[in-house]
Amino acid sequence: MNFPWANLAISSISTHELLSVMVVVACWSLLAFACMLRLRSIRYVARFLFSLGALLSTAMFGIAIAYLTSGHGPEVMTLPLGLPDLPFHLRLDPLSAFFLMILGLAGAGISVFAAGYFRSGEGTAPGLLGLHYHVFLASMAMVMIADDAYLFMVAWETMALTSYFLVTSQHRIPEIRKAGFLYLLMAHVGAVCILLGFGVMQGGSWQFTFDAMRSASLAPFWATVAFTLALIGFGAKAGLVPMHVWLPEAHPAAPSPVSAMMSGLMLKTAVYGMLRITFDLLHVQFWQWGLAVTVLGLFSGLFGAIFAAVQTDMKRLLAYSSIENVGLIFTAIGLSILFAASHMPLFAALALAAALIHALNHSLFKSILFLATGSVLHATRQRSLGKLGGLIRFMPWVATLALIGTLAIAGLPPLNGFVSEWLLLQAFLFTPQLPHTFINMLIPLGAAALALTVALAAYVMVKFYGIIFLGKPREASLEQAHDANWLERIGLAWLAVGCVAIGVQPQWALHLAGKVTSMLVGQPVSPEPSMWRIAPISPAQASYSGSVFLAVILCVVAITFLGVRLLAHGRTRTTAPWDCGYPWQDARMQDTAEGFGQPIRHMFGAFFHIERDLPSPTDLVPRYRIHIEDRFWRGIYRPIASGVQRLADAISLLQGGRLAVYLLYSFITLLGLLVFVL
Amino acid sequence: MRGIAFVWQFGEVVLAIALAPLFAGWIAQCRAWMQSRSAPPLTQQYRMLRKLFNKDAALAESASRLFRMAPYVLFATMVLAAAVIPSVVTDLPFARAADAIALIGLFATARVFQALAAMDIGTSFGTLGARREMMVGFLAEPAILMVFFNAFLLFGSTALTGIVDSYSTHPSVIDPSVIFAAIAFVMVMLAENARIPIDNPATHLELTMIHEAMVLEYSARHLALVEWASSLKLLNYACIGIALFLPWGIAIHGASVTAVLIGTAALMVKLAVCGAGLALIESLSAKLRIFRAPEFLAMAFLIAVLGLLVHLLLGANTSA
Repeated sequence: MNFPWANLAISSISTHELLSVMVVVACWSLLAFACMLRLRSIRYVARFLFSLGALLSTAMFGIAIAYLTSGHGPEVMTLPLGLPDLPFHLRLDPLSAFFLMILGLAGAGISVFAAGYFRSGEGTAPGLLGLHYHVFLASMAMVMIADDAYLFMVAWETMALTSYFLVTSQHRIPEIRKAGFLYLLMAHVGAVCILLGFGVMQGGSWQFTFDAMRSASLAPFWATVAFTLALIGFGAKAGLVPMHVWLPEAHPAAPSPVSAMMSGLMLKTAVYGMLRITFDLLHVQFWQWGLAVTVLGLFSGLFGAIFAAVQTDMKRLLAYSSIENVGLIFTAIGLSILFAASHMPLFAALALAAALIHALNHSLFKSILFLATGSVLHATRQRSLGKLGGLIRFMPWVATLALIGTLAIAGLPPLNGFVSEWLLLQAFLFTPQLPHTFINMLIPLGAAALALTVALAAYVMVKFYGIIFLGKPREASLEQAHDANWLERIGLAWLAVGCVAIGVQPQWALHLAGKVTSMLVGQPVSPEPSMWRIAPISPAQASYSGSVFLAVILCVVAITFLGVRLLAHGRTRTTAPWDCGYPWQDARMQDTAEGFGQPIRHMFGAFFHIERDLPSPTDLVPRYRIHIEDRFWRGIYRPIASGVQRLADAISLLQGGRLAVYLLYSFITLLGLLVFVL
Repeated sequence: MRGIAFVWQFGEVVLAIALAPLFAGWIAQCRAWMQSRSAPPLTQQYRMLRKLFNKDAALAESASRLFRMAPYVLFATMVLAAAVIPSVVTDLPFARAADAIALIGLFATARVFQALAAMDIGTSFGTLGARREMMVGFLAEPAILMVFFNAFLLFGSTALTGIVDSYSTHPSVIDPSVIFAAIAFVMVMLAENARIPIDNPATHLELTMIHEAMVLEYSARHLALVEWASSLKLLNYACIGIALFLPWGIAIHGASVTAVLIGTAALMVKLAVCGAGLALIESLSAKLRIFRAPEFLAMAFLIAVLGLLVHLLLGANTSA
């Protein structure tokens, strides 16, 4: 497939894509410091600098696409920065380029939106937000082009810290400080695991460049240890169950563009890291790894979807939905490992392409939805689903663009979410060819769990969209809601166009993902490129065409509409709603968010810890209260926290507060050391 | 040769659109006979559509564009599904646009649009219907996916045309798993098309209704399109079932005109039998409480999984 415009870009950028990427990263850093010049000026920081940042993101997108389509080999570079004798190694290859493309594409939309979104008087000064925001972007790009463990960890930690500051931008609210702390804690637990993983992978050579790790040959046991550490570390960042607890706290706490960045982009750095370590740095894959990742992914997916269905806060709902989507991505990665370990590169490439395209898709539609909640929040000051409703009449732009995001994330053809889910299901279909009979029996159940997750996601999204935008407004004040401003609309529309384009022409995405799969599992996807349909294995087995879907649906809608216009004789008059003739309908009689979650609570009760206060018949002021908690808090985190507390209490016995005792400690230590030395 | 394929394609879609109300009417008639009632004429559905198309539409004042657009989208998705399903011939140019899994996605699109439209007015029945419909949907999808998984294991394809073609090349594929898959498919079909035992299309009883609750606010031409789309959905499901389990008679690639005529006649006969069978099931079973719907669909899922396991175990035995 040819991309004429991309070829044009190549000729102008020549072959130094890595250098161009570095230029964009440097410009982001410059922008970050430019934000400091006038800390409090919204016009300067938000409207001007964020728009510039969006242009830089678009440039990043262009560079990544140009590199991917050019078919160049990996480009490497060494920067004499950092510690003495530890220069930064950089490398651009298809895997990093694919994720840089995601960063550029979604980052551009989010930045334009952010340019219109930030208002003065909301927490941290806009200049500081701009500083963290652009350093955050730059550090994510650095994670993707790092070629040694040292630079990787520096960029990874910069990313964690800047996002922590962004999450806590409204730091005067205690819950937000608490959410930020939890996030920082989990980020560091994860980072320690990743660091240990790198330590194992250097394999005794004490060389921490990725090249050295590629050439190190690890024993299967140590490879498994490294893989497990990476899975825990990156899983904590991505929000895999049971390391997911920070996500539903941190995402709602952050300003909406930041939530979009964290959910849409930062989670993808974890996916990137996982792929880099599993397929690039480690030589061999074992099917047991694949099985473990698949099971974890499926469980996270189902768990996220079930919890999303019972949320009453719109941003928490989206955060749980991110857990679900990350689960789907990891399921695909797990399948890919299973296939790769069984020497079936074609199917491994198919599953890997599903993971990559789903990562791309998720960055688009989840950003739309988080940004839309930002507009809703600004227009109504409400985050609780119980106080929204009917906004499609007051915010038509946001409602229309959010509808595209909603349909896409619900996995409906002809939009993009369906493409990756379809690819993933296709990959599942080939699992009976695996050489493990026992797994073959179990894997259809995995496919069913996947189908249940995807269908539950549709349920969740109907709830999300229906309760926020449809129906009657649940509060009188909602009628004053205003639509998003122009910059916000442009940002949302950019992302929505991405959703539609990938949905209608999935061949593009599949072609680009094929470059990555060629690098990682030695096999491009879609051996038979076609302009109007995708057929990953062969057209006789399965094919799907988004363009035909869209074209036929639009044509039939147009023909039916015209036909009804010409042939039907009826007119239209507006009346009160019918509702079986009941005239005293009001907004309170619509289903609430709790009501919409009720079937899920009923069916999946085992997943929740539910506390419910029911009013008794004699209550003068009847109140219904329900509190739903994650079982993992009680099962894992509370015991760990109380264990740490007890340990700290025990250790604090040493801290008596008397100087003489402390001197005694020093003396004993010295004696001990002397004995040790002598 | 491609030209004639487009003719078949167009003819098949028009046939499906035209037959859909007749099929719904046939089921109603069979039900009436079985229940010793006097039956409405077969053309009752067409008369109803004509009446609705000629009425003035009463639109709730809080209706948004989404509400007015949804009937057209519903109708269009069902027409597209009819174009993809091989009911008379397999030489369909559009069939390559979607395999069975994409068909599930297409039905999901229709379901989501209908649920969103139902929530748009903001009445209590509308949201109640939307919630129940989405619930039945997410329970039914895993079960029907298992049915297609089974078909893939047998025929190595999820494209319905591919499945029908391989039936004709290996006509002796009778596998015990097919029986399980067929039972599961019929259960899903009943649930997805708002039939007894999950929903009763004949009542407006608030405690039980699903489909009717969602379309309460529609009138005249919008209602006509919604009803037509739902009868087309029923026909589509029947045709999927025929393609999966009773594909004999469907004209395969490069068929002559006589083969197509035979195919049409065979389709009529099969639809008549299927309709009578559906009416029989509906007459023999009672409407379930809505809380029992998960059990019903979980049962469908388990039967489909059982079919898969039977196939895998038998396959493992024969290969060993």
